[in-house]
Amino acid sequence: MLKDLFHKRRQYATLGLPESARQEGAAQKDNIPKGIVNKCKTCGAILMAKELQKHLHTCPHCGYHFPLDAPTRIEWTLDNDCFFEYDAGLTAVDPLAFPDYPAKVRKAVEQTGLAEAVVTGEGTLQGHPVVVGVMDSRFIMASMGSAVGEKLTRAIERAGQKRYPLLLFTASGGARMQEGILSLMQMAKTSAALQRLHEQRVLYVTIITHPTTGGVSASFASLGDIILAEPGALFGFAGPRVIEQTMRQKLPDDFQTAEFMLKHGMIDKVVHRKEMRNTLAAILRMHGSRGWGGGD
Amino acid sequence: MATELEFEKPIAELKAKIEELRAFTQQSGIDLSHEVVKLEQRLEELTETIYAGLTPWQRVQIARHPQRPTALDYIHGICSEFIELHGDRNFRDDPSVVGGIGLVDGRPVTFIGHQKGRDTKENIYRNFGMAHPEGYRKALRLMKQAEKFGRPVVCFIDTKGAYPGASAEERGISEAIAVNLREMAGLRVPTVSVVTGEGGSGGALGLGVTDRIYMMEYAWYSVIAPESAASILWKDSALGAKAAELMRITAQDLKALGIIDGVIPEPKGGAHKNPAEAVAAVKQAVVGALEELAGTPVAELLQRRYDKYRVMGVYAEP
Repeated sequence: MLKDLFHKRRQYATLGLPESARQEGAAQKDNIPKGIVNKCKTCGAILMAKELQKHLHTCPHCGYHFPLDAPTRIEWTLDNDCFFEYDAGLTAVDPLAFPDYPAKVRKAVEQTGLAEAVVTGEGTLQGHPVVVGVMDSRFIMASMGSAVGEKLTRAIERAGQKRYPLLLFTASGGARMQEGILSLMQMAKTSAALQRLHEQRVLYVTIITHPTTGGVSASFASLGDIILAEPGALFGFAGPRVIEQTMRQKLPDDFQTAEFMLKHGMIDKVVHRKEMRNTLAAILRMHGSRGWGGGD
Repeated sequence: MATELEFEKPIAELKAKIEELRAFTQQSGIDLSHEVVKLEQRLEELTETIYAGLTPWQRVQIARHPQRPTALDYIHGICSEFIELHGDRNFRDDPSVVGGIGLVDGRPVTFIGHQKGRDTKENIYRNFGMAHPEGYRKALRLMKQAEKFGRPVVCFIDTKGAYPGASAEERGISEAIAVNLREMAGLRVPTVSVVTGEGGSGGALGLGVTDRIYMMEYAWYSVIAPESAASILWKDSALGAKAAELMRITAQDLKALGIIDGVIPEPKGGAHKNPAEAVAAVKQAVVGALEELAGTPVAELLQRRYDKYRVMGVYAEP
């Protein structure tokens, strides 16, 4: 059995991890490959950094997609050296004086080097100008508070003004609890901005990455004209644990995965990370000109 | 018979004592009316103190009271005539969301609301007011119908949240809510929502992107139900009371945060103590809002609605 082969490999993982990889405890928790040696979460294969890099942080054996940080995602998606970031200095405050929230944000800033859980801006993809937003799950599970909602809304509005297609790579645990009702209202704010973009007939593509849940799933992530997803990405409203508790029954293994959602008609296409750039470029080409005339 | 909540027990006990004294006076002929008057005074003071000092968690208990008026109670109370309309035209009729057309002082209005039950059997039928995607899609169908005929839309929000189950996920609960948020932002008729009981998360917001938002005095509205927040934050759902304090979920909090337009007063102790009074208060607020919104040019209505949500959120910028 193929699986048995990988079981044997697993034994090696316990020994000889280089010091540099061990120090990355925080990064290992969010499963983002760091250091020289990484282990595939799904098949247990040991992967060298160079090999992983070559495969855009996917496992060459089983196809598992490691999470990506936002800067890397932007680098691998857009054309070289052509990203102009929006609102880089926009940050969260603590509107409800919620215990430990400022410390939590500070820690996330230190660990990620980002100011908030989403990076927005514009650039080109195979020459097509686009507005891009990328969420980073290392930052408080990329939960959406006021700052994330505001950055996204501004990006949506700019896409409308410039008539550039909008690409949003989503990942989120949902609305950010520590900002209470203000977080919930970011769902309404971003969706209202997308309503305008919809009327302006500007292309909006969402790319669901692991995991996209809760308030983000139930607002802008589900509103793309075209919804793509990375293989295996969890995409759902309530988390599987909550559902298992409510229903008191075991859910199928593939529940809420991109493949499951494709089967249930909720997304357009599951796209391997290595194919993403070309797929997006094709979609952009197909929306670049009216071609046949007609319409109004 | 209204069921007492835990913190209302002292009031009930005192009431029982007064009744006892009255009965004793009648039976025995010994005049205790002086005592009764004194106790009644104390009852009034006690009631005042208890309801004036309600904690957010106690308010949550009132908002969840089984006798609390439901969407259909408000709709039937407000309308001289009401026709309930069913189904999302795609999958089924979700009993957790009700809707239809009513006449309010002779003028047509589309009403939509989360619907809870009164007893266990009814609650199972209503799925405890936790809607499936088809509930949100039915709501949207009725909103679009209202738009076609130029009727305003009034939504009554009362849900712990959308149904967190496999059936809801399979049929796209995220998409159903998301589409409602987007379409409500662009609906070309005046819209008003009232959180009558519980305003839980996206399931509440899915009926709540409106020109005016009101909350009943004892209602709560939050990004997540307090006990769910507690179980995530402290791995202990019993700490719901603590989460309710921290998360600023009461009508007064939301007014202070600038999220809602007004708080609708309730009878002392909650709408269930005097449903007719509660219905009248809701009708006054809703009709008042519709009068204000009526005649606003559509472009202006939509721009104001956009601006209303556009400024929500607090952040820092260099």
